[in-house]
Amino acid sequence: MMTTTSTIPISTDSETSWQLPYRGTVGMVCLIIAEAAIFAIFFVSYIFYLGKSLTGPTPREVLEVPILGTICLLSSSITVHWAVSALRKNNLRSCTLGLASTVLLGAIFLATTAQEWYHLIHDDGLTIRTNLFGTTYYSLVGLHATHVIVGLIMLSIALGVSLTGHIKESHSEKLEVLSLYWHFVDAIWVGVFLVVYVIGR
Amino acid sequence: MLVLSVTAVIFLIVAGLLLYALLRYRIRPNDSGREPPQIYGSNQIELAWTVIPILIVVMLFLTTTRVILGTEHIPKPSGALDVTVIGHQFWWEYRYPKYGVVTANELHVPISDPANPTPTYLEMSSADTDHSFWVPRLAGKMDVIPNRINTMWIDPEQPGLYLGQCAQYCGVQHAKMLLRVYAESPADFAKWIEQQKKPANQDFTGNPAAAEGQTVFMHNACINCHTVRGTVATGRFGPDLTHLASRDTIASGAVPNTPENLRKWIDNPNSMKPGALMPPMHLNQHDLDLITAYLITLH
Amino acid sequence: MSPSTPVLEAIDETLAVKRPAFEVIYDWVTTVDHKKIGIMYIVYALIFMLVGGLEAILMRIQLAVPNNHFVSPQVFNQLFTMHGTTMVFFFGMPILFGFGNYLVPLMIGARDMAFPRLNAFSFWVSAFAGLLLYFSYIGGSGLYAAGSAPDVGWFAYAPLTAKVFSPGHSTDYWTLAVLLSGIGSIGTALNIVTTIVCMRCKGMKMTRMPLLPWIYLVMSSMVFIAVSPLTAAQIMLLLDRYIGSHFFDTQAGGSAVLWMHYFWIFGHPEVYILVLPAFAFMNEIIPVFSRKAIFGYPAMVAATVAIGFISLGVWAHHMFAVGLGPVGNTLFVFSTMVISVPTGIKIFNWLATIWGGKVIFALPMMFSIGFLFQFLIAGLTGIMLSAAPFDWQLTGSYFVVAHFHYVLVGAILFATFAAFYYWYPKATGRMLNTTLGKWHFWLFLIGFHLTFDFMHIPGLLGMPRRIYTYEASRGWGTWNLIVGIGAIFQAVAVCIFAYNLIRSYFRGEPAGHDPWDAWTLEWATPSPPPTYNFAHDPTVNSRRPLWDLKHPEDPDSDYE
Repeated sequence: MMTTTSTIPISTDSETSWQLPYRGTVGMVCLIIAEAAIFAIFFVSYIFYLGKSLTGPTPREVLEVPILGTICLLSSSITVHWAVSALRKNNLRSCTLGLASTVLLGAIFLATTAQEWYHLIHDDGLTIRTNLFGTTYYSLVGLHATHVIVGLIMLSIALGVSLTGHIKESHSEKLEVLSLYWHFVDAIWVGVFLVVYVIGR
Repeated sequence: MLVLSVTAVIFLIVAGLLLYALLRYRIRPNDSGREPPQIYGSNQIELAWTVIPILIVVMLFLTTTRVILGTEHIPKPSGALDVTVIGHQFWWEYRYPKYGVVTANELHVPISDPANPTPTYLEMSSADTDHSFWVPRLAGKMDVIPNRINTMWIDPEQPGLYLGQCAQYCGVQHAKMLLRVYAESPADFAKWIEQQKKPANQDFTGNPAAAEGQTVFMHNACINCHTVRGTVATGRFGPDLTHLASRDTIASGAVPNTPENLRKWIDNPNSMKPGALMPPMHLNQHDLDLITAYLITLH
Repeated sequence: MSPSTPVLEAIDETLAVKRPAFEVIYDWVTTVDHKKIGIMYIVYALIFMLVGGLEAILMRIQLAVPNNHFVSPQVFNQLFTMHGTTMVFFFGMPILFGFGNYLVPLMIGARDMAFPRLNAFSFWVSAFAGLLLYFSYIGGSGLYAAGSAPDVGWFAYAPLTAKVFSPGHSTDYWTLAVLLSGIGSIGTALNIVTTIVCMRCKGMKMTRMPLLPWIYLVMSSMVFIAVSPLTAAQIMLLLDRYIGSHFFDTQAGGSAVLWMHYFWIFGHPEVYILVLPAFAFMNEIIPVFSRKAIFGYPAMVAATVAIGFISLGVWAHHMFAVGLGPVGNTLFVFSTMVISVPTGIKIFNWLATIWGGKVIFALPMMFSIGFLFQFLIAGLTGIMLSAAPFDWQLTGSYFVVAHFHYVLVGAILFATFAAFYYWYPKATGRMLNTTLGKWHFWLFLIGFHLTFDFMHIPGLLGMPRRIYTYEASRGWGTWNLIVGIGAIFQAVAVCIFAYNLIRSYFRGEPAGHDPWDAWTLEWATPSPPPTYNFAHDPTVNSRRPLWDLKHPEDPDSDYE
């Protein structure tokens, strides 16, 4: 039985540049595609059921455009991008600042959503079981908010690592993967904003 | 037929070639051990067997579209009969709006003359879950869905009884939600409709059991679910019983309509159709006899 | 047949010590090695295949004669629901992911998958999901004392699944089990895509990758887009059942048809997800046993990608009878007919691979030949059904059941059997017994044709699906009896196969590294491969690196 080393010829042309993409990024892109497909179905339900509720409050009657929350969330994309570039340049303090701002802005967004829901439930009487609008609204915005929460948890862990001084420049690829997720969450919000608060009202 | 012949021809050609290749190129016992010439592909061949199937697909598609439009996109003839079909778990309700007739489980329609077509247009919806109306010898199936109205037409030219059954799983007794369509000559149909328009039979001369049976019936829970036109029974949950005795079967075609079967059904529907939504009525034997005697007078 | 194949093994001849049972079990339960996980997926899937097969046998016995009382209607309805759900989610997906897990890293010259721990997690989530589904027999409760397994059909149409029509927890077991299995599938698919994109060995450009990883790449990408709608729909169903939302609540204005759309947006790509790996197996096996390279590699890749895309756009051909209107129906007739073009191209390319070669009728090839004829027929009955007017008669009937079993069993299962006979030697170091294999093949072939050829006829005669019994006067009795007899043949054949798998593990002929004289990288490792797969990372110059080594005078790299 022939054995060992020189049996598969080493070719000359592929010596230098056999560089394949970073696994984390590819994996995150796959996850984003799958999540986007899930969200798409909730969007479809929302659009399909517009105007079809048999009773109850309509979007126009109860929805107010969430300006503050939107600005916060979209800005948090900028701050997380800032954090990643800072880490790449080994600027650890800026990275920590960027992560902290991101978490803060994300938390403000969640707070505005919570406040909006409180108002809808207690003042307008709209719950998930009120009518088709309630069903599709709460499920879509709720699914998004859940993703925000997961993102915030991950970002907080990154912030913790950064605050305790354990973050390094070599982590920048991993942080970028996390920031990709956060950008995705933001992009979904742009969709929700347009469909629910602009077109749907 | 066209589709069948096209696919049959494709099958014969491809399977034939495959069989030939397997036999002709099988390894022989005295094989030299040399590998055969390695052929990696051929652009012309790939093109050929891409283009030819595309042409076949285009042809099939155009003929299919013609049939679809010819079924779903044609004007309704003026002589058409309208019937509203409502699917229930596990029976069929039929309403003839023009005549004010409501019946169940056995659909009567007039046959149609090609020169002067009188098809029956069925407007269908469901009261509960999804069902499907399928009488193969009359038409393809159409699903019967709650909160949605689907329309189809049937156009029988031969009189007779056409059988079918529910074709969309709807629960425990989906298998016994049978369809019976009676296509009749215009004269026979007119006679049937006239009879159905009448309110329920109230003539019990010489039949005291039936008269008493009516009283028992009207004082029991039966009236909550069933309608007997002209009486206090106006329930809409179960089949209309006004002309029950004019039907050949009960339990949506599951068993023949005989006094014995009827009595057994009322006593305990689950003995014949386990899972049917009519509960056992827990009547004593005497009341059962009376009610049965009453119901068999409802022609 | 096999000249000495070069082998990339380290010089490490330490003998394996016999280890205590607990240690072995612990090793397997905590493993992140793609080969072990792959085998666990496959064994798990085989167990569920037997369970699903038993459910099928019980149904066929009940239907063998009219007005039979072998099982009650409630039990029958549970049987067809469990059979479908089990076979698709707990046999089909796991076995195909199992083969993918095992083979993809080996074929691309990698040491493992991109995310080994995610790999293990995906497996255990899927495994738990299967157990959860069967726990329903014990755990749930029903209104008619009907037992507790789900009985809503494997596609669980609304509003039958609403709380009011399906009280108790049986539907919830279905929803949760399938939801979890979906999460496992997405995880494995993510792993496969990342592995293929990021971990190919040196020199293996995408155009030099064997067709099996190509197909798994397309199939996994489809999983992201197809399984997610089902996940979303099931979340909606759970919300409807427990929080009182109205997604599919027709009483509140909701739409039953919406569930159908969501389900079939998943369901149709799902069946292509199931069939693509079968194509992958054929792409590897047919060339080796025809002694020729696959004909038209670029066309095969293009056809696979085309099938992936088009399959996302044909779903409503399951809904031709729902009343979508002539425009909707026509659109989906078109897309469904179009998908037959790339599929046909594949069949023609396999035919051209065999043409001019030297066909060896070993067991993997025998099952592959079965696949070729049967997939052809299945595709043709599919074309028949794609003509909506034809479908209006035959959807929801036994003709459709026959068609899709022709694909699932006649094509996919036959291809999977071929894959077993082909790769079992690699995974275990032993050959499967040929005599038992031939019994398996012939009995299964006869049984398959008895059952599924004749099953078309009751469909044509008007027999709908999912009915627990029928009247003698309909004329379906004889055909159902023949169908049932075929089922018994298949059951015996599968038992022989299972016995072969177990027996050959202990007493099979040693296989060596490359029993079939094949050409892809997995045959350059020992059988079974060591945990690290390759001692040295391979470098490849062509699509068939081992052909180049065995035929240095005429390597593939000269022609690519």
